[in-house]
Amino acid sequence: MDNIAGTRARLTWAVNLAVLALVLLWTLPTAGLLISSFRDRDQIAASGWWTALAPSERAEQFRAAPPSAAVEASGAWVIEGNLLAGRGGEIRAFGINVNRPAEFPPGATATHPQGQRITVAADGAYSIVHDAQPTGTTGQRIFALTLTPPRFTFENYRTVLFSEGIGQSFLNTMTVTIPATVIPILVAAFAAYALAWMEFPGRALIIAAIVGLLVVPLQMALIPLLQLHNSIGIGKAYLGIWLAHTGFGLPLAIYLLRNYMAGLPREIIESARVDGATDFQIFLRIILPLSFPALASFAIFQFLWVWNDLLVATVFLGNNEEQLVMTGRLRELLGSKGGEWEILAASAFVSIAVPLVVFFTMQKYLVRGLLAGSVKGG
Amino acid sequence: MEQLFWAAFTMVAGVFGCVLYFWASNFLLDAAWPPRGPRAGANITRANAIRPWLFLFPALAVLVIYLVYPVFNSMWLSLHDSTGRRFVGAANWGWLVEDAKFRESMRNNLLWLVVVPAAATLFGLAAAALTDRLRWGNLAKSLIFMPMAISFIGAAVIWKFIYDYRAEGQEQIGLLNAIVVASGGAPAAWITVPFWNNFFLMAILVWIQTGFAMVILSAALRGIPEETIEAAILDGAGPWQVFWKIKVPQIWGTIAVVWTTVTILVLKVFDIVLAMTNGQWGSQVLANLMFDWMFRGFDYGRASSVAMVIMLLVTPIMVWNIRNARAEMR
Repeated sequence: MDNIAGTRARLTWAVNLAVLALVLLWTLPTAGLLISSFRDRDQIAASGWWTALAPSERAEQFRAAPPSAAVEASGAWVIEGNLLAGRGGEIRAFGINVNRPAEFPPGATATHPQGQRITVAADGAYSIVHDAQPTGTTGQRIFALTLTPPRFTFENYRTVLFSEGIGQSFLNTMTVTIPATVIPILVAAFAAYALAWMEFPGRALIIAAIVGLLVVPLQMALIPLLQLHNSIGIGKAYLGIWLAHTGFGLPLAIYLLRNYMAGLPREIIESARVDGATDFQIFLRIILPLSFPALASFAIFQFLWVWNDLLVATVFLGNNEEQLVMTGRLRELLGSKGGEWEILAASAFVSIAVPLVVFFTMQKYLVRGLLAGSVKGG
Repeated sequence: MEQLFWAAFTMVAGVFGCVLYFWASNFLLDAAWPPRGPRAGANITRANAIRPWLFLFPALAVLVIYLVYPVFNSMWLSLHDSTGRRFVGAANWGWLVEDAKFRESMRNNLLWLVVVPAAATLFGLAAAALTDRLRWGNLAKSLIFMPMAISFIGAAVIWKFIYDYRAEGQEQIGLLNAIVVASGGAPAAWITVPFWNNFFLMAILVWIQTGFAMVILSAALRGIPEETIEAAILDGAGPWQVFWKIKVPQIWGTIAVVWTTVTILVLKVFDIVLAMTNGQWGSQVLANLMFDWMFRGFDYGRASSVAMVIMLLVTPIMVWNIRNARAEMR
């Protein structure tokens, strides 16, 4: 249609800018946390993540080596060292009075009221020259305006994976997700085949009931099922949550698969029947392979849903070390480490990394499933 | 690792169990009424009447136990006391009407119901319409769609960082407060400001759901017949008019589907509120209120009545969906 009306250059610009704004709005929140997960605690607390790529300027306070470190050299006592030892960066200005923390440029010599002369170079090296041997136990206070180059670290990830329990939770989430994704597919595929290609009384009613069950709120099921699990002895265990996720995922699975299977060409199935194939053979040899796209769509849905679920896991699993899933752990960390963003950011990214990979590699099937699930049926 | 091994083992066992069930039941059926011999015709008819139920049985059993039974059980529980043993009639419902937190939840849920589906659909429509005209449109779509893969709790962490608050005068590390301070305003702890904090929580769900709306609406927009648009352009309609007067009216059905899907999700929203405010500062919603009474109040009667309210709110959509599905099958 553009070729008919001709596209005006200004309009194209406006569209480009509008989309750019939308994309920024939708990616910046995630990007902010991702960048923060590679910064250390002090950096996160001192400056916004958007400054992470620029060197950061900060007013800091240092303490020089104690008087006992003074070395006698040509009639004077000298204490030497480096303020920026082990971290790099640059001194922009320094001072020895708390009220004038950036009084001197680097390389200048400040004279203390008690007589010692203090020099700080741009690279952080300092020397304090006393006329007599200094006494006391604490080192000289030096104030400085420092410029720290951008710095990134994997330390946060090491911390959360090995000492905050995220590693264990990752395993727990895998344990929940794999069976809870595979089992409903199989159960649903048989049912969907029956609903799509077999004639029997009550078929329409069952399909209508499944459409209805699609929207039943999870909240309805929590208390009755928890009581049921307790009374039949499953309690809070993996078996219970696998069954629960199977139950909650089945309506969508049956619905998606039935819609897809009902759209397969009738001739293939009829000719197989004429050749004497049983329904079981038709299902295994013809329907199942042909339905691969729909199976993949549902598998992705169910995988994302189970991996990201918090409610079902909180209700049907305990919160001990062997059962706490990643979403549950993240919630706990939000409560107990509310201000420790380096821990929260790294934990959050460990938990969303797998869904993001699945999302970007299988987007085609996800979109297809969404379209089949909501446009066709409503 | 051992745990993962068990998970894999269960999965394989479960899959084999399922296959074994279907195979064995079919085998037995054919053995009982063999499709050959003198009575082959009658046998085939009888076996074919039973076979669908063999295929359906596991699915129906799970559905009935995990979805149908709980609905009725919840109804029953909502008429009983906190332990579920003593019948109390409508006492829980009376309590609901009086309870301040419940009223707050209802008010907030209604706000969510209006704002989130409207905003998600509108943003989705805008994103769909705009990206369709661009060369890098597919990349843009992917990026806007991405939050869909992020868990609500992960999204809560991401946005809590955006809303982070430091006392005035300190360096703000939350993006929102940094922008506010840079443009001369005073920083605030956004998620603790009663009433308005609801909107800051809603923003998170809108952020997650816009991609969904965009994907569906974009497919619908592409399905519009070219002729109608060409005709409109030949008649002198500008891009704005073409969009609102020609395209949008043709996809009303899809917009309705997106709207109702997001609506159902909104009614069940729980994780975001739990993680951000846990219902404090006037931001409680029904699903979190239900969770509160279940896990902190241990009052199954009251929790079940809150769940029933959610169910009642979903029911009109359920009926509408079923009617649509039936109409389509005819």
